[in-house]
Amino acid sequence: MSDVSSKDAKGPDAPPGLVARIIDSDMFHSFLRSRITVLAAIGTLILFFVAFFAPLVAPHDPFDLASVSILDARVPPFWMEFADPRFPLGTDDQGRDIISAIFYGMRISLIVGFCSVFLAAALGITLGLIAGYMGGRVDAVIMRIADIQLTFPAILIALLVDGAVHGIFGTLNREVFSFWILIFSIALSFWVQYARTVRGSTMVEKNKEYVQAARVIGIPSSTIMIRHILPNVTGPVLVIATINLALAIVTEATLSFLGVGMPPTQPSLGTLIAIGNDFLYSGEWWIAIFPGLALALLVLNVNLLGDWLRDALNPKLR
Amino acid sequence: MSVLQIKDLKVEFPGRKSTFVAVEGVNLKVEAGKILGVVGESGAGKSTVGNAVIGLLAEPGRIAEGEIYLHGQRIDSLPDKQKRRLRGRKIGMIFQDPLTSLDPLQTVESQLVETIRTHLALSRDEARARAIELIDAVGIPDAPERIKQYPHQFSGGMRQRVVIALALCAEPELVIADEPTTALDVSIQAQILELMKKLCAERNVAMLVITHDMGVIADITDHVAVMYHGKLVEYGETAQVLGHPQHPYTKSLISAVPRPDIRIERFPVVDYIEKAGAPIRQIDIATHWLGKARAYDKAEGPLLKISELGMRFQVAGSIIRSRRRYFDAVKKVSFDIAEGETFGLVGESGSGKSTIARLITGLYHPTGGSIRFAGQELTELSNRKQILAMRRQMQMIFQDPFSSLNARMRVRSIIAEPIKFHRLASSGAQVRQIVDDLLDHVGLGAAAGEKFPHEFSGGQRQRISIARALATRPRFLICDEPTSALDVSIQAQILNLLKDLQQELGLTMLFISHDLAVIRQMCNRIGVMRHGELCEVAECDALFETPEHPYTRELLSLMPSLELLSTENLETA
Amino acid sequence: MLGFAVRRLMQAIVVLLVVALLSFSLFRFVGDPVNMMVGIETSIQEREALRERLGLNDPIPVQFGRFVVKAAQFDFGTSYQFHQPVSELFAKRIPATLELSFMSALFALAVGVPMGIYAGLNRESRLSKLFLSVSLVGISLPTFFIGILLIFLFSVTLQWLPSYGRGEVVKIGSWWTTGLLTWSGLKALIMPSITLGLYQMTLIMRLIRAEMLEVIRTDYIKFARARGLPDRIVHFRHALKNTLVPVITITGLQLGALIAFATITETVFQWPGMGIMFLQAVQNVDIPIMSAYLLLTAFLFVVINFIVDILYFLIDPRLRVERA
Repeated sequence: MSDVSSKDAKGPDAPPGLVARIIDSDMFHSFLRSRITVLAAIGTLILFFVAFFAPLVAPHDPFDLASVSILDARVPPFWMEFADPRFPLGTDDQGRDIISAIFYGMRISLIVGFCSVFLAAALGITLGLIAGYMGGRVDAVIMRIADIQLTFPAILIALLVDGAVHGIFGTLNREVFSFWILIFSIALSFWVQYARTVRGSTMVEKNKEYVQAARVIGIPSSTIMIRHILPNVTGPVLVIATINLALAIVTEATLSFLGVGMPPTQPSLGTLIAIGNDFLYSGEWWIAIFPGLALALLVLNVNLLGDWLRDALNPKLR
Repeated sequence: MSVLQIKDLKVEFPGRKSTFVAVEGVNLKVEAGKILGVVGESGAGKSTVGNAVIGLLAEPGRIAEGEIYLHGQRIDSLPDKQKRRLRGRKIGMIFQDPLTSLDPLQTVESQLVETIRTHLALSRDEARARAIELIDAVGIPDAPERIKQYPHQFSGGMRQRVVIALALCAEPELVIADEPTTALDVSIQAQILELMKKLCAERNVAMLVITHDMGVIADITDHVAVMYHGKLVEYGETAQVLGHPQHPYTKSLISAVPRPDIRIERFPVVDYIEKAGAPIRQIDIATHWLGKARAYDKAEGPLLKISELGMRFQVAGSIIRSRRRYFDAVKKVSFDIAEGETFGLVGESGSGKSTIARLITGLYHPTGGSIRFAGQELTELSNRKQILAMRRQMQMIFQDPFSSLNARMRVRSIIAEPIKFHRLASSGAQVRQIVDDLLDHVGLGAAAGEKFPHEFSGGQRQRISIARALATRPRFLICDEPTSALDVSIQAQILNLLKDLQQELGLTMLFISHDLAVIRQMCNRIGVMRHGELCEVAECDALFETPEHPYTRELLSLMPSLELLSTENLETA
Repeated sequence: MLGFAVRRLMQAIVVLLVVALLSFSLFRFVGDPVNMMVGIETSIQEREALRERLGLNDPIPVQFGRFVVKAAQFDFGTSYQFHQPVSELFAKRIPATLELSFMSALFALAVGVPMGIYAGLNRESRLSKLFLSVSLVGISLPTFFIGILLIFLFSVTLQWLPSYGRGEVVKIGSWWTTGLLTWSGLKALIMPSITLGLYQMTLIMRLIRAEMLEVIRTDYIKFARARGLPDRIVHFRHALKNTLVPVITITGLQLGALIAFATITETVFQWPGMGIMFLQAVQNVDIPIMSAYLLLTAFLFVVINFIVDILYFLIDPRLRVERA
């Protein structure tokens, strides 16, 4: 019985508008108070912008074979000797502009990240809701699969899926399929987290009296799950999705770096780093390091947002 | 000299928008061997007083003004380190919930021994001997053996005894007990109060008991301080304050307390209680949509007939049949409820009374027996249409006003949902009209529909719950502890509302409560439950005046005596 | 205790069987094993003979049974790429991977646990905020990029540490090799261990911090303070012990994940372990190595989980009574 909680019994005055409520909310306030979160939000927006509008923003089209010249290969960044003002961050071994390649690469990384997070969330939330609400055998089967799945880290599952798909379809089609294989294998390794979280919250929610009240009214299970429980379990899902976006980007980059992700003809950030890694010892460090820093910056910004979201949505930490 | 003296205490919680003053201008004294009760409803600031004394105010709270003296020594201004030395040594503390107050991973002995050795210069063996002595003193039998066990091996009441032993480890001069019996059943509550009274006298300890329960105050305190919105409104000898309250708040608080000894028609509506909202617009029930609830054909015989009802839960699963373990929550219970009557079920936690409610509404399927409602056997219904028709006729009001409403839905959609689902209105506009009328009728006003549940207080949420239950136009209403999470004054309002609605709409009610006093105010007939069995069914007055079953007699004898309380303002039924 | 252990063991065996089924399907149904093993010039008769010899014409359950029995004896068939028994290939490479994983685990625990406890107890201090920022950078930098940065800094620029390989190794027994006993071996371990362990370290730190913050708010901690117990006892005897239960599970899972994450580190540092071999197998669709690796990681995981469960049992008295 907390004596601190004041009774906010308001009179029958008109409720404030949505925007006003958001601006007045504790969450928005905690957002503004954390300067680093504001910075991260701005950083994320900028990175998303340059990634999605890469064709408009990038100074060159690194995949336009007509404009790329091998004569421009291995140009260093602007502050070094032999720099070329056309390529502020230098060029790679084939003469592609690094900064443009980063923009385009980030676009691929983000698309893969978003798609796989979306797929994983859809799968995980559905299974988690069903397992948590139904309980019994359905729950046992779904959660045992999840347990076994959890035995293998994301990267290993992705590698296995990749290996298996190429075993079935042969390595020739790699370039066509790799985009979808990546999304599928990352999603497949991430769904468990959503399922477990949603199941846990669903089990708590389903015993709450508002769900029992809905059952007493006679509302069927499927409607209760979607209309009543789902909106009440989205908080933690949002946090996981944000953190997972960062993780998916890292996983994609790692797989591409290991040579089983995006092919060099459609390089993501990971592919760019893998290409650059070969030139690290011969002094052309910028080919690997700049895409790497871009990747780290992107992931860091998203993680910062996720971290803040987790604390802001956790009522216990307030 | 008083053991504890508080002078002009003011405690603040600085917040983002404004500073919240939790306690202001409080002056109190506690003498050795005496018990001072601090009573008030939630938000009164009574726990804050206790926390301020022991120096454990929750962040960001702070003492803004005033002084606290322990045996004449000022303690509120001491540095943290010295404050810590007082805790446990000079001031002991007892918390509300014994289930969470003990570290689950340490034995009782190790928690006692570490506390004793922190404060007293004793060897490990001496400390252990003292621990056994203490456990014995708080009435736990077999102390040398029990002390080696972990907290989860003790029942709730026994754990509260351990908590008391821990508070007494270093012979403190003052013990602060914050709602020490709120989480316990009536019978355990009586034992713990008895123990506290005894220890206080024997050890000459000063005790500060913080509670919302007038029964506890009447039972054990010598002096009482009544708090309201952070201020002390009345302070004096317990008999004086309860018998002849001076301040209007104290008067209204006392008149709102349900009494087991008197049955009253309605609780008096007094000022100082949270306003119900807009005044109720009168509707003509004979012509209104809601009034159609009365249009059911009168059932022949009882409306609800329960016979040999049983519910068995599996508590430990196993492939081997003989190793499965079961728990019988309800054992062969039979009773009838006649149309228009209010039937009460009373019992301690775990007695199976809530399970019966859930069996009737179909949340559980019984493992035995039958439930007949308006002549229809409910356990045999399989046609979905029939099931829905039955569901519509019986609705339920739940205990917890905070979890019984979906936080993500507006009040309007919460109440509209059953109307739309059962197609009880012909158009959206009509649904809107009905929801507005319902909100008006439960005393909230139609404007409440646009808000979310969290914008309401507990009592207002319970009104929303009632409106939702009425939205299917039921003829039978189950109230499962509808007011046990509410303050007394709010409880009085909700009970009045339920009574009014019942008379107006001719509802039949099953009223479930652990509180005999509340049951007495509400019910025509009463069933007493224990361990899943129905011990006794009797007419209300007969049960209180001539109880037959020994368990009923025991329950009645454990009721805190409220004879001290003033009976001003009350009209007996 | 015994009943509990037996039940857990049964569950572990079921998990392993499911993984074995997965592993078997990978072997049996991804591509045709015979086509993978032989060259283009092999005649149809020879192929049929090989098919018969491998037992691929038997009913599937029989084949699976044989697969399980053989796997239990560490017989995973012959690698398609190297035409050597898979078990021999693994035996040569296991020591390198285990040594690397062990050192990283040690690093992650030795640094992560104290940092987590400190940050949990002193939520507002500058040092905890620094720890938290560092940990955020730690989980944001992909493992392989950390490796590349370390190489660029300490091998290419400063030339202090070797950028690839295990250095000099010493043979112990018939097949175990170790780099822990030579100076160059130890030097070669530093960067890969940090690279591999950094991510787990930050995770462990953040987890312990979060759990500590949660436990500190419980009633029994408040009650311990109200009894005047000194901070030392409240923090370490009561709070820390109660955070251990959830922390141990996740930490166990994380340390198990090290073996799989080693694949990345091994690639960056050209570390001659199982991970590199597995990666090559994935790229060349060398199914026997893939399925053996799958089973092996699952086995290690199951072992770690088993140990975690037993630890649980020892820490939490509530389990002991319920199960007795």
